[in-house]
Amino acid sequence: MPEIVDLLPRLAAFARLLHDAGLEAGPRRLTDATRALGLIDLKQHDDFRSALRSVFVSRKEDIPTFEAAFDIFWAPPDPRASAGIMPGRNRSLPLSPERAKAWAGALGLHASQMNRENPAEFPASSSGYSAEELLRQKDFEQMTWAETEQVRRLLEQAPWRMAERRTRRLRPSRAGRIDLRRSARQAIRSSGELMTLFRRKPRVRRRPIVLICDVSGSMERYSRLLMIFAHAIARREDLEAFVFSTRLTRITRLLRQRDLDRALDSVSKGVHDFSGGTRIGDAVGDFNRRWARRVLGHGAVVIIVSDGWDRGDPAHLSAELVHLRRSAHRLIWLNPLLGSEGYEPLTRGMAAALPHCDDFLTAHNVQALDDLGRLLASLDSRKSR
Amino acid sequence: MQVSSSGLSGYWACLVLFVSVSAPATIEDVEGRLRERRYIGDRALATSIFLALKLQKPLFIEGEAGVGKTEAAKVMAEVLGARLIRLQCYEGIDLAHAVYEWNYPRQLLHIRLMGEGTNQTDRRVAEREIFSSEFLLRRPLLDAIDNDDANPPVLLIDEIDRSDEEFEAFLLELLSDFQVSIPEIGTIKARQVPFVVITSNRTREVHDALKRRCLYHWIDYPDLDKEVEIVRARAPEAADGLAREVAALVHGLRGMDLYKVPGVAETLDWARSLAALGATRIDAGLVNATMGAALKYQEDLERVREQVPALVEKAQRA
Repeated sequence: MPEIVDLLPRLAAFARLLHDAGLEAGPRRLTDATRALGLIDLKQHDDFRSALRSVFVSRKEDIPTFEAAFDIFWAPPDPRASAGIMPGRNRSLPLSPERAKAWAGALGLHASQMNRENPAEFPASSSGYSAEELLRQKDFEQMTWAETEQVRRLLEQAPWRMAERRTRRLRPSRAGRIDLRRSARQAIRSSGELMTLFRRKPRVRRRPIVLICDVSGSMERYSRLLMIFAHAIARREDLEAFVFSTRLTRITRLLRQRDLDRALDSVSKGVHDFSGGTRIGDAVGDFNRRWARRVLGHGAVVIIVSDGWDRGDPAHLSAELVHLRRSAHRLIWLNPLLGSEGYEPLTRGMAAALPHCDDFLTAHNVQALDDLGRLLASLDSRKSR
Repeated sequence: MQVSSSGLSGYWACLVLFVSVSAPATIEDVEGRLRERRYIGDRALATSIFLALKLQKPLFIEGEAGVGKTEAAKVMAEVLGARLIRLQCYEGIDLAHAVYEWNYPRQLLHIRLMGEGTNQTDRRVAEREIFSSEFLLRRPLLDAIDNDDANPPVLLIDEIDRSDEEFEAFLLELLSDFQVSIPEIGTIKARQVPFVVITSNRTREVHDALKRRCLYHWIDYPDLDKEVEIVRARAPEAADGLAREVAALVHGLRGMDLYKVPGVAETLDWARSLAALGATRIDAGLVNATMGAALKYQEDLERVREQVPALVEKAQRA
C-alpha cells in the first residue's frame, strides 16, 4: 500500500464509485476518510477496510454495496485471476449499465466483473432471484397517461387527512396540565407570585400508515391503481409501503420520488415477482419478523390489500395475522373483489383472515379508496379492542 | 469502624478519579484494553472506536437488541478512565430532561423568603442569585459538556431510535458545536469534547443528517467461537462445556424462524441460569425449563419446544 499522499486521488475516485453505487460520499466524508487513513497502519488490509467502512457507511443496508465496491476497487490483482483459475472479484455493484461500463474501463476490468447479477446481496433495492419463481417484469403502461393524471388528481385532492394520535411531546396550550417551567419563570419575574398558570398538553401527530400490497397474478388488474394510490398518500402522509406476491419487498424509498411515472418505473424495476403466485401468510410473517419492529412504532395503521387468493396454509396466515394485529393500532383489509356483485369472501385465505381484521373494505375504484380515506380520518384514538 | 471504612473508600475513589489514563495509541491498544475488561469485540469495532477517538467524532453503533452496543460504551468509559454519562432516550424527551432545568420550587421558596419588606436592590441581587448554578439541575447533556474531569467523559446516548425528530434535530446542533446556551447564564462551551457513543436498535431509521456527523459501526451476532469466548469471559460461573453448548444452542435458534431472535445478552442470561441450577451440560429437560431466558414470545417458545431434542443434540455435537 503506497503513502497517504499518493492515495488521495485514488481515494477520491473510490468515493466517486461509492457515490455512483448510491452511497452518500460527499467531500465531508472524503475529508474524514483522509484523516482516518492517516491514523492507521495502511499495510493492515482489514483495518484499511474497516476505517473506510465506518466513514462511508451509515446504514446496515449499505454494507454489502460498500464491501462490493471495496473489493472491486482496492483488491490487489489476483495472480490466479489472470491465470484464469478463478474470477477474482465475485461481488456485484448496483450501478447503472453505462456507469458500470465506464468504471470497468477505468479500473481495467471486464464489464462482467463489475455487474454480475446477484441481486440477493442488495436487499434495499431488489428482492432477489429464484429460478422457481414466476418472475416477470411487469409493464405498467396499460392505463393511459390522461387516466393516470385524473386518478392521481382525484387522490391528491381527497379531502381526508389521516387520524391523529397523541404523542408524548408536550406543547403550550390553554388547557391541559400545568407547565411548571413557564409558570415558575413568570412567577419569579413577579417576585415569586404565581400570577398566571401556563399549561401544556400533548402534541398530536398523524398516524403512520403501513401499506402491504398484493401484486400477484390475480391482483394484476388493480396493481397499477394501487401503486398510484400509494404514491399519492406517500406524498402527504407518513407511509411505509411493501408489495408481495411470493416474497415481500419494501418500496417506501422508491415511492418517494415526486414524479409518479418515475416512481412507478423504479417500483416495477425493483420488484421482481410482479404477478407471481401468492403466499400471503409468508409475506405477513416476513413482515412481522423483519419490519414490524421498525415500522409499527408509533401507533401505525396497517392496510393489507389483497383478494385473499392464497396458495399457502390458511392456519399459517391466521397465526401471522394474530401477531400483526397485536402490534398494529388497526388492521384494515382491502379486497378489490368485494366490489363485484355477489362476491362472498369464501377463498380460503380470506376466510382465515377475516376474523383478525378490524375492517374489511373494498378497493376497486377511486370511490372505494375515498371511503377508505374517510375511515382513516375517523379512527379512534385508542384501540377498539 | 464503619465510618472510617467508608471514608477510606471515598479516599480511594478520589485517587482513582484523578489518575489520568492515556488515550489508546493504536488499534491493537484499543483491542487489548477492551479484552482486558472482558469485552470480546472484533477488530473492526476496535478500529471504529480508535478512529472516533482520534477524529473526535461521535460513534454511531447499530445492531440487533442484545449484541452489546451499550456495553461497548460502558467498557470504553472504563478503558479511558472516564466518567460514563448516560442519556436514555424515549419518545417526547425534551430539554428539561436532557439538558437542564431550573429548580423552580427552590427558586420560588428562596424569593418568597426574601419577604415583602426587602428593597429593590436586594430583590435584584436575589434574582441574580436564583439563576446561578446552585439552582440549576444539570441533566446528562449539560453534564457532559460542562465537565472538569481529568479525562473527557464518555457520553452514551442510548437507543436514540426511541426519541423523536425534534430531539434528533437538537442533538444534531449539539454534536456539531458542543455548546449549550442557557438564557440566564450564557453559552457554555465544552472545554473538552466528550467521547460520544450513540446506539440504535433500528426500530426506526435515524435521520441521515445526524448519522453523517458520526462514524458508523454495525455490530453483528458473533460467530460460534467468539460467542463461546464471550460466555466464558462474562459468565465465568458456567462450566466450559456448558458455555459451548449454550452458545451452540442459541446459534441453532438464530437459524430458526422466530419473532424475536435471541441476542448475546440472552445467551449470557441463559448460561447464568443454567449454571445457577448447577448444570454442567445441557439436556432436553433443562432446556425446556429455562428457555424463557432466551425466548420472549409465547409463539417462539411453542415453536422451539417441538424441536428441543433435535436442537440439544445438534448443540452437543458442535
